[in-house]
Amino acid sequence: MKFLKNIRVILSLLFFLPIIIFFIDFTGKLPLHLHKLLSIQWIPALLSMNLVVIGILLLLSLFFGRIYCSTICPLGVLQDVLSWKSRFFRKKKKKNRYSYSSPQNILRYSILSITLIVFLCGSSFLVILLDPYSTFGRIVSQLLRPLVIWANNGLAHITNGMGNYTLYEVEQVSFVPLAFGVAILFLYLVTQLSWSKGRTYCNTICPVGTSLGLLSKISIFHISMDESACSRCGACEKQCKSQCIDSKAMKVDDSRCVNCFNCLSSCKKGGINYELRYKKKQEVSVQETVNTGRRTFLLTSGAAIATVALANTNKIIGKNDTILSRKPIMPPGAMNLEHFNDHCTACQLCVSKCPMQVLKPAALQYGISGITQPHLSFSTHVFCTYDCNICSSVCPTGALQPLPMEEKKLTQLGIAHFRKNKCVVFAHEEDCGACSEHCPTQAVHMIPYKNGLTIPEVTEDLCIGCGACESICPVRPYQAIYVEGNATQHKARKPAEAKKFNKKIDDFGF
Amino acid sequence: MKRRDFFKSAAIVGIASFFKTNAFGSVLSGKGVAVHSEPDLVAVMGGEPEVMLLRALKEFGGIKSFVKKGQKVVIKPNIGWDRKPELAANTNPELIGALVRLCKGAGASEVTVFDHTCHDWKKSYTNSGIEKAVTAAGGKMVPANDEAYYREVEIPRGMNLKNAKIHKALLECDVWFNVPVLKHHGGAKNTIAMKNLMGIVWDRGFFHNHDLHQCIADISTFHKKPALNIVDAYRIMKSNGPQGKSEADVVKLKSLLVSPDFVAVDTAAMKLFAQVQPTDLKDVRYIGLAEKLRVGTQNLEKLNVKRIKL
Repeated sequence: MKFLKNIRVILSLLFFLPIIIFFIDFTGKLPLHLHKLLSIQWIPALLSMNLVVIGILLLLSLFFGRIYCSTICPLGVLQDVLSWKSRFFRKKKKKNRYSYSSPQNILRYSILSITLIVFLCGSSFLVILLDPYSTFGRIVSQLLRPLVIWANNGLAHITNGMGNYTLYEVEQVSFVPLAFGVAILFLYLVTQLSWSKGRTYCNTICPVGTSLGLLSKISIFHISMDESACSRCGACEKQCKSQCIDSKAMKVDDSRCVNCFNCLSSCKKGGINYELRYKKKQEVSVQETVNTGRRTFLLTSGAAIATVALANTNKIIGKNDTILSRKPIMPPGAMNLEHFNDHCTACQLCVSKCPMQVLKPAALQYGISGITQPHLSFSTHVFCTYDCNICSSVCPTGALQPLPMEEKKLTQLGIAHFRKNKCVVFAHEEDCGACSEHCPTQAVHMIPYKNGLTIPEVTEDLCIGCGACESICPVRPYQAIYVEGNATQHKARKPAEAKKFNKKIDDFGF
Repeated sequence: MKRRDFFKSAAIVGIASFFKTNAFGSVLSGKGVAVHSEPDLVAVMGGEPEVMLLRALKEFGGIKSFVKKGQKVVIKPNIGWDRKPELAANTNPELIGALVRLCKGAGASEVTVFDHTCHDWKKSYTNSGIEKAVTAAGGKMVPANDEAYYREVEIPRGMNLKNAKIHKALLECDVWFNVPVLKHHGGAKNTIAMKNLMGIVWDRGFFHNHDLHQCIADISTFHKKPALNIVDAYRIMKSNGPQGKSEADVVKLKSLLVSPDFVAVDTAAMKLFAQVQPTDLKDVRYIGLAEKLRVGTQNLEKLNVKRIKL
């Protein structure tokens, strides 16, 4: 049954490579509908209530076990790649390096139940933090993608110098220390565990893996050992990256088996097989015991993080400009804070795909539970493009509802606030108008001021909160015009067209 | 010929060659007596962009008076916005395409086109239609979206703007053409030739922070002047500039203004514009300020202006 492993490897690469390339692509050249590959991830499907996908994934697990973990989940495949690569760094190139270890039941079921409880209590904090697909997204978008862009910029610098402009330099403006930190932390955890212990992360920390483990205990097909054919050589156990084969006891822990099929390839005698579960009914004894010690630890550390974070917020607000304590600006299609915060897993796909890089992972703008969820952050030339709806069309979790272009152009993300006493026209009595110049709806327009000067004015119901005005306002560091986010995204009024000019001009006028 | 006479006439010819006029050329080539000098400003009305361009350039002695074989040429249109050509937010792509073809035809070794856009540069390059027109004509679009493409230069005659980072393609070329589109502008009142120079610099925030009009006048004193300013008034944006909201902001004037003089061409363009949207020339302050810095003249009466209707 060696072919099963090969099929698994090919399938997993067919999922993994397009996903990773889609996340890294900074040119916008890849077709956007590649995002459909991401809607078949477990958490995004659950959050967007995509019943078709949920059904397919459920059936897949009930029939074949944790196929999701071995082929579809990009974080799982990433770990396989890492542990496979780790072979080249070992002193002795030992091929067989795993051995059976007992499951960390208390830990894994605690994490699963705490995640569930916290989610049901209305905070998606742990779901965001632990969803494997989103963790993968954060690692790639925060760590790998910037490296690729740096490499591109280096190359572009050289080729541009030689007169070839096929490559071009890309400015990176989305560095957020907190998001970077979270990504580093999980990359470290995943690398550390997979380097020597295979899929320990999936079987101990990942709540998706733990839930699917419950399903795979009753899956129709499973890995089992044939006592008559087995020579008890233990080769399968050494190949098992889930460390779930106990070759002495002739037992396979189905709940931890990710169906990588490496064991099948290792056994030449047919002692281990992938077959129907028809003989004996296995006891499904789920230990729902919650380890209070660990929970206390998690809660305490959570509280500690919260305290540190709040302390920092106060420090920032201490700088005393209203712009710093403004309400966060959600990406278009987020509808309202509650919907958005509950459904977004902060996978960073929209952040990676935003051509203007105006979407950035939040620090504490949405509070603790919204860490790394995307928000709009404006800087020079960085604002939400009027006729662009990419973020809302790629979101796999439904946190951002798809917006047709005409609807996007009228979706009010926030409202521009003009602070006259900071404006160049008021303070220096000089023309500027950069804000109005960049306003796509002319919600920000210039009205007569004095001495032939004009000064900006905002018509609030025309404003869509794209931030073009704020991005270009020359007053720094705290602009004279800035956008305050809407807690609920409204529909803005459609801007009226100018009066048409129909007279014929046949003279130069000079 | 005596030695002394030879030197004398050689010196005269040498001095005369500084005055690049067609009249001089035609005398030398014996094609008849010069009856008029080279125009200071040519205005054409009533044709398609390419036809008007050819007609206007003919008055200046054709493209070959400006572009020599093997030279590197830069064309600087207005590609500031992610807008289709019909909205007149960017320079007409047919005009740019035609100019690239002419330069290539005159033997230019390369023709480079860029603008420091306000919207996403790739979308602006594509949706303005300019990228397609330029590449089809054998020209090259270069990016201008990163500070790495700019070099610091001094603007010694500037009042507020003493130095600026300018795109290196422009600094390295042999000859360049400034090809703006005539538009209303919320900040600067109007954008034409001088305002188009904001697309060759990196830090535009400085302009807005240090008297926009003065800085526009200052950048016009930059020593490397365009061979010609070619103002596209085929479609103009009469209101809601510089982006425009819809085609209701656009008026088709089917005109083209060409002059090496920044101030003259902007003055003429404003007079053309004022027929559609009455505007006081004085409010477009940078034109007067540039004249004070001796960039050019607003007095069109004094100039040799050619008006051509097709």
